[in-house]
Amino acid sequence: MADFGFKLSKSSTLDLDKVDLKVYNLLCKTDPDIKTCMACGSCSATCTAAPFSGMSMRKVILALQRGQDVRPMLGKCMLCGKCTMVCPRAINTRHLILSICKCYD
Amino acid sequence: MKDNIVIIGGGVAGMEAARQLIALGHKPIIVEKSNSLGGHVASWYKLFPDMTPASEIIARLTKEISDANVFTGTKVLSMTKDKDTYSLTLDNGVTIAAKAVLLATGFHLFDASKKEEYGYGVYDKVITNRDLEALFRGEKDARIDNPKAVGFVHCVGSRDLKAGNSQCSKVCCMTAVKQAIEMKEKFPQAEIYCFYMDLRLFGKKYEDFYINAQRDFGVHFIRGRVSEVGETFDGRLQVKAEDTLAGKPLKVQVDTLVLMSGMVCNPTVSDLVRQARLDIDDDGFLKSRNNIFDILESNRPGVFYAGACTGTKTVPETLAEARAAALEIHNYLKDG
Repeated sequence: MADFGFKLSKSSTLDLDKVDLKVYNLLCKTDPDIKTCMACGSCSATCTAAPFSGMSMRKVILALQRGQDVRPMLGKCMLCGKCTMVCPRAINTRHLILSICKCYD
Repeated sequence: MKDNIVIIGGGVAGMEAARQLIALGHKPIIVEKSNSLGGHVASWYKLFPDMTPASEIIARLTKEISDANVFTGTKVLSMTKDKDTYSLTLDNGVTIAAKAVLLATGFHLFDASKKEEYGYGVYDKVITNRDLEALFRGEKDARIDNPKAVGFVHCVGSRDLKAGNSQCSKVCCMTAVKQAIEMKEKFPQAEIYCFYMDLRLFGKKYEDFYINAQRDFGVHFIRGRVSEVGETFDGRLQVKAEDTLAGKPLKVQVDTLVLMSGMVCNPTVSDLVRQARLDIDDDGFLKSRNNIFDILESNRPGVFYAGACTGTKTVPETLAEARAAALEIHNYLKDG
């Protein structure tokens, strides 16, 4: 086939009909407060790792809800627990991170 | 009509209810714990959506209720029921037998010092929405000195389980946008930042304020809840949040930080609630018999509610409820 210099890019669309929510659904059982996140960003704002590593608990929760792999980002967490202290919805984010790790065991 | 009607609370709800009851031929008695009428509205400068001076509203209500019996600087010590009559003892020694009692006891502003991470009461330059209205009214405030940057923190003590108030206080978004505009008018060189989670601009003409704040006043809206505030070496304030739309941690230095304190139920009614066996709703406010059809009625016959004692309300919503409550009381006494 002639090469015209064009190729098909992979679509970045989140296809909710096809996402795999296995990890998220497991977490909804062990840490049901994950469902109450309102994406305010307090956790990420107070995160000691965030400014240097791009760690964001808010992004982790959203990624889980969209069926995406969160392992690369979780590796940046230092488990200091500051995010748990500021969450206005009282989500135990530190415990949640440990639960996520178990899901991938 | 000889039946006594007691209105507890002399804010705009109590005053408007009294005005309507007078028009219906009654002679209501207002009991107000502070030394003047007007409640929270009296400490405000201008009211959205038309920037009506709050003093105009209070002056008009005060004039029109000159026929009411008013006890200011007076508290209700006890309220007990005997058959169909309530006996109210006041701290000035007076006892009133009333067929109907209207609770217009309103709200308390959330105590912003409870959110320690925002530094109210720790850092001089952290103030509340109420402090700012006092400045607009012309009171001197040494904490505010020609700021170059001003921050507004939405949802202080609202939508916050840890602060004990999971509800949205609903009027603070609009108040923040209004005060941001007023601040920019007062200090045109200042950069203004609003830190919000959701902008809930639900009411008549509120969206116009938002557009004006963006377009005409250059207010910066940042979607992220402030996580902590600290003081810099030169005495400014460092504010930290996540810019959730950019997906990055954000910091900015300001000279004044305004905390938008939310509304909680007036805690001073707790004795009355216990004595008269009234119900509290699970949002912490007084519980209406039904939250759609019987908002103005309590679980006890003859005890009525108006205004922010049953939940957060704007001034026009409060006035409308007060009018309706007056009519409910009128009908209750007529039928009784």
